[in-house]
Amino acid sequence: MRFRDLTIGQHIPGDSVVHRLDPRTKIIGTALLITLLFTVDGFLGYLLAALAIAAVIHLSELPWRFVLRGLRPLLMILLLTVGLNIFLTEGEVVFRFLFLTVTREGIARGLMMGTRLVLLIVGTSLLTLTTSPIQLTDGIESLLGPFRRIGVPAHELAMMMTIALRFIPTLLDETEKIMKAQMARGADFQSGGLMQRAKNLVPLLVPLFVSAFRRADELAIAMEARGYRGGQGRTKFRELRFGRIDAVALSVAVAFTVVVGVFF
Amino acid sequence: MSIRLENVFYRYLEGTPMETTALTDVSLEIQDGEFVAIIGATGSGKSTLIQHFNGLLLPTSGRVWVDGVDLTAKGTQLRAIRQKVGMVFQYPEHQLFGETVLEDVGFGPRNAGLPEEEVVERVRRALAYVGLDFEELKDQSPFELSGGQKRRVAIAGVLAMEPGTLILDEPTAGLDPKGREDILDEICAIKRERGITVILVTHSMEDAARLAERLIVLNRGRIALDGTPVEVFRQAETLKELGLGLPQVTELMHELKSKGWAVNTDILTVEEAEEEILRVMGGQR
Amino acid sequence: MKEPLIRFSNVSFTYAHGQAAGWQALTDVNLEIHEHEFVAVLGRNGSGKSTLAKHVNALLTPTSGRVLVDGLDTSDPEHVWEIRQRVGMVFQNPDNQLVATTVEEDVAFGPENLGIPSAEIRSRVTEALEAVDMLPYRLHPPHRLSGGQKQRVAIAGMISMRPKCIVLDEPTAMLDPAGRREVMRTIQRLNQEEGITVLHITHHMDEVIAADRVVVMDQGRIVLEGSPREVFSQAELLRGLNLDVPQVTDLARRLKNRGLAIPEGVLTVKEMVMQLCPSD
Repeated sequence: MRFRDLTIGQHIPGDSVVHRLDPRTKIIGTALLITLLFTVDGFLGYLLAALAIAAVIHLSELPWRFVLRGLRPLLMILLLTVGLNIFLTEGEVVFRFLFLTVTREGIARGLMMGTRLVLLIVGTSLLTLTTSPIQLTDGIESLLGPFRRIGVPAHELAMMMTIALRFIPTLLDETEKIMKAQMARGADFQSGGLMQRAKNLVPLLVPLFVSAFRRADELAIAMEARGYRGGQGRTKFRELRFGRIDAVALSVAVAFTVVVGVFF
Repeated sequence: MSIRLENVFYRYLEGTPMETTALTDVSLEIQDGEFVAIIGATGSGKSTLIQHFNGLLLPTSGRVWVDGVDLTAKGTQLRAIRQKVGMVFQYPEHQLFGETVLEDVGFGPRNAGLPEEEVVERVRRALAYVGLDFEELKDQSPFELSGGQKRRVAIAGVLAMEPGTLILDEPTAGLDPKGREDILDEICAIKRERGITVILVTHSMEDAARLAERLIVLNRGRIALDGTPVEVFRQAETLKELGLGLPQVTELMHELKSKGWAVNTDILTVEEAEEEILRVMGGQR
Repeated sequence: MKEPLIRFSNVSFTYAHGQAAGWQALTDVNLEIHEHEFVAVLGRNGSGKSTLAKHVNALLTPTSGRVLVDGLDTSDPEHVWEIRQRVGMVFQNPDNQLVATTVEEDVAFGPENLGIPSAEIRSRVTEALEAVDMLPYRLHPPHRLSGGQKQRVAIAGMISMRPKCIVLDEPTAMLDPAGRREVMRTIQRLNQEEGITVLHITHHMDEVIAADRVVVMDQGRIVLEGSPREVFSQAELLRGLNLDVPQVTDLARRLKNRGLAIPEGVLTVKEMVMQLCPSD
């Protein structure tokens, strides 16, 4: 019960402009943002990118603490990145502490790397916060559609994603059940060294896998009973539609990326 | 060995907007050797309650004693408790994992640190309790057995720990009538032979009436009724309000009484109903 | 007499046919199911009832004999998809039938497969959810539903394809009593109000009371067929087949053996009361 209430990708429903954008617009927008963050150079560039993200957060009407919450699990990596850059970059020494040297270049790079990481995380989490998993799947399926000619199985990928999303809470529930059943027989999932703990996972993983395969089998039969035979001839219940806000959002995003990316 | 709960509350997701109280002020004591049935609608807290009996869950507030040991006290060895209080979950065959039946059924005793010869002996006994032959099955993969055999092997896995108390959560779920009868008979046989305490979670009023000496009825995390089957099924109105029923023959007796028959409504089984109806009709003739 | 919707002619089926460990699950089955009927198939585990069910929508095809559905031969691969539009199937495990992340999406899955235009899918989904009384849950994710609710969604998923017949393979086996009642109520309503033919596979005696006709199977053969009352009267036979009867039916049989003038086919408490108090 604790597990299954975690919403995957932390989607927060809402009715803001950002929520109402076509998922494809948002996916492309996020891709542009990522490109921008890797081509930008220098303080001003990052500042402009940060301002753009701030603007989107404001338009999404999401509380800031939700948006920044995505940073928490990555705090360690953040500190490590910044730290490594600060202490290991060669250049004009500014500060010395035991065997650690801090250089001016190091500080600059550390801050830039850190900023880039923060903006990346916040920017991409905006995508999952404002777009439901179904919409994301639809968006990806649609964007991959043209690539079907070169063999990209867009429909199958989307179907796999949908089924995975559908079953994650169910599988988490089942994991908890199996764990408890084995604990009731004296299993210990907590103690022991790495090797011991890996061995201890067998009574959990084997039943889980067996069950997952059985589910897959039964689900396949149920899908066939409902006339499923791949993507051929299928229609869609939900249709994505580009609206005016999407045209505006995309043009702004492209223009911004080009200008800032080239000049900064 | 007794199990005692005192003012137990269990809440999850405490402090969040989704906080839920699954158990509210539950106090009960189950004595050595009792056969208790726990009844309640889905969501009434049955699952949560029984997980407090072997320390899989610890109360948010309140205390639990198993065999004199306070489960909430610091340093309590919960794994040792779980050897004494065995639990068979619903669809236990979904937990099979061993390469051989011997390996799977022996999991419990092995975790208790018993020497291998003792483990083998226990597996042999446990399989015998569920009507399976040790020599025939010990080297087979549990995954190649029939559905009914798999369930028996899973139950044997718990019996092999030779617990003083056995908790079974709907052991007959998904079985056909013969399968259900067989499993329940085996449980009764084990109880008779070893004198253990049995706690049975069930949806079947008929089974509860027939097998248990004591019924505990849960409703929304509280104990609504606690008594012998006769005492509990007398509370027909309350049971109806809780969305639960009566054994069919008991309901029949109540209907006949409402038609003016001078029947005893403390009837729980078909045999008793047969005798009672003939008695009353004999009197009428 | 109108041609039956489903006809089994001398159907036999062997799993792993041709191999050493082949097991004959159906032997020489002849069965007719007419439109708008509610037929229940009773039998213990291993009696072949599930195998029978899977022959109706061509998930399995006979090793010998023939199954005709609405005139189409199930063995002909050309007809398989059409047959599956006309015969929907609901399975035992409520979880392993729901494929989408919300209820309405799942109910739309069937029509999507049939290539129904988007606008029409929407109205079919609403219709189907209303028929099973699950419309308020349309945006719910499946894992938040109870067993009974999941099965109703699975049924809706079939209804949205507008089948002529629904086969339900032990749909209540994994449900609690409340869920079982929900599903049985839904099935009965669909049969009576929408005229959908129902083939209900079960081992619970109390679920066949509402059927028009009961077929009892054992060891791959049909051993008994008739109205619920006719079948329940054969209490000894049923007991021998390891099928239980409701307590009142058992009681009626015992009282009859003790000399009371009570017929054997008593199905419910109400009926028993009427038998015992005829004057009221």
